[in-house]
Amino acid sequence: MEALLHQVLAGLATGGIYASLALALVMIYQATHLVNFAQGEMAMFATYFAWSLINAGMPYWPAFLLTVVFAFVLGVVIERVIIRPVENAPVLAVVVVFIALLVILNSVTGWIFSYTIKTFPSPFPAEPIFGNYITSHGGGAIGVTLVVLLLLYLFFRFTPLGLALRAAAQNPDSARLVGIRVGWMLALGWGLAAAIGGVAGMMVAPIVFLDPNMMGGVLLYAFAAALVGGIDNPAGAVFGGFLVGVLENVLGAFVIGNELKLAVALVLIIGVLVVKPSGFFGKVLVTRV
Amino acid sequence: MAAFLEVLKLHAAYGPTRVLHGIDFAMDEGTITTLLGANGAGKTTTLRALCGMVKTQGEVRFAGERIDGKATEDVVRKGIAHVPDGRGTFVNLTTEENLRLGAYTRKDRDAVESDLERVYGYFPRLKERHAQQAGTLSGGEQQMLAVSRALMLRPRLMLLDEPSFGLAPLIVQELFEILRTVNEKEKVSMLVVEQNAAMALELADHAYLIETGRIVLSGTADQIKKDDAVRRSYLGY
Repeated sequence: MEALLHQVLAGLATGGIYASLALALVMIYQATHLVNFAQGEMAMFATYFAWSLINAGMPYWPAFLLTVVFAFVLGVVIERVIIRPVENAPVLAVVVVFIALLVILNSVTGWIFSYTIKTFPSPFPAEPIFGNYITSHGGGAIGVTLVVLLLLYLFFRFTPLGLALRAAAQNPDSARLVGIRVGWMLALGWGLAAAIGGVAGMMVAPIVFLDPNMMGGVLLYAFAAALVGGIDNPAGAVFGGFLVGVLENVLGAFVIGNELKLAVALVLIIGVLVVKPSGFFGKVLVTRV
Repeated sequence: MAAFLEVLKLHAAYGPTRVLHGIDFAMDEGTITTLLGANGAGKTTTLRALCGMVKTQGEVRFAGERIDGKATEDVVRKGIAHVPDGRGTFVNLTTEENLRLGAYTRKDRDAVESDLERVYGYFPRLKERHAQQAGTLSGGEQQMLAVSRALMLRPRLMLLDEPSFGLAPLIVQELFEILRTVNEKEKVSMLVVEQNAAMALELADHAYLIETGRIVLSGTADQIKKDDAVRRSYLGY
C-alpha cells in the first residue's frame, strides 16, 4: 500500500509536467485545430536557455522568469515568421512544417550545446518531503504546475485580453468584427503555449536530465494526456496529464516494468482514438454533409 | 458637404466569382437606409465589402475618409459595427462576455459598464440570461444579442444583415421598434439589408434595390414603396 501511494504521488509530480505540456498543445489546437508536434522541442530549447543562464551564474528563479519570457518571445516569433505564411495551407503542409520545426530545433540545440547529457538543477531542496513519500522536486513541480494553471485560469477568465483570445480562437470572423486583431491573438496564443512548455521543460529536466531529445517521451505522454482529456478541453488536458502520470508510474512499477512505460502512452493514444476519439471531456464533432 | 457614407463603383468577388459589378450609393448621417434585393443579389456581399471582409475594387468613403482596403479590425475602430448574417454569436461564451467583446476597442471602461445597463434596458431578456452560454439562447435572443453587441461599440454606423431572418413576426416587430428608437435617440445611422422588404421600408428613410450586383433603383422609402415593379416583386401586392 505504501509503495502504491509512493508511486501515485511520484506519478502526480510527472503528471503535472505532462499536464502543462498537454495544456500548451490544447491551446494551439483550439486556435488552429492543429497539434503542434514541435511543442516539446520548443520547451527543450527554452530549457537550454535556462541552463545557459544558470551556468553563467544567474540564480535559479531570475533565470526561470527570464526563460519564461524568452520562451514566450520564441513562440510569438515562430508563429509570426514560420507558421503565418502557411496559415491557409493544407493540413499536411502545416504538419510537415511542425515536424521540420521539431527537427530543426533539435539539431540546432545539439549543434550549439552538443548532445552530451547535462544535469539541470532543481530549485527545491534535496530532502524528500511528507515523510519520504515524494521528492521535494516532485512536490515542487506539482506546486509550480498548479500555480501556472491558476494564473492561466485567472488570465482567460477575468482579463479583457484573455476574453479576446478565447473569442479569436472560437469565432475569428466575429472576433474581427468587434475589432480584435486575430492574427496577433494567434501569435499571443503561441507565445503563451511556448511559455507554459518552457516551465514544463524546466520542471522535467532535473528528472530526465537535459539533452536535446529529452522531450520526446514527455511529448508522447502529453499527447496521450490531451487526447484522454479531449484535445479541445483545457481542463480535460490537465486531468489527462495527472491521470497519465499516475498510470504510467503505477503500471510501470507493478505491472509492465519500467522498460515498457512509454508503451502506456501509446496504448492510451490508440485506445482513446479507437474507443472515444473525443476523450473524456471533449466535444463530439458532428458534421452535416 | 460629402455624404456620411459614400460608395463609388464598388466591385467585389469571391475568388473568380464576381458578385458586385460597380455599385454606387450614399447615405446621410443619422438616417436609415435599406438595401433590398432577392437572394444572391449581392446585399450581404455589399455589407461585407464595406468592412473589408471581401476583396474589393472601388471607393468607400466614411465620414470623409477612405476605408476601402482597410482591415476589418480597423474599420471597426472608425465606429462601424456590423451585425453579420448568422448573427456571429460567440456560442461558448456567456451573454455578458459577448457584450463586453462588442466594446473591445473602447478605452472608456466606466462608460462600458453603463452601456451594458443601457443595452439591457433595450433587451431585458438578455439581462435575465447574462450568465448563460450564448449558444443556448433562442434565435431571437441571439439576434438581440448581435444587435446589442454592435451597440456596445457606440457605433456611428450600424450595418445590419437580415435582422429579421428566422424570427417570429412579433419578435421582428419588437426588434425593429428598438432599432428605430436607437436611431432616433442615439443618432446611430443604419444600413439595413433585408428580404422582408415591407418591414425594411417601414423602418428606412431611403432605399436601394440591388439586382445581380447592380443598383437598379433608388429613392426615398415612400417612393420605392409606390414603385409598381417593387410592389409586385418584393412586397407582393
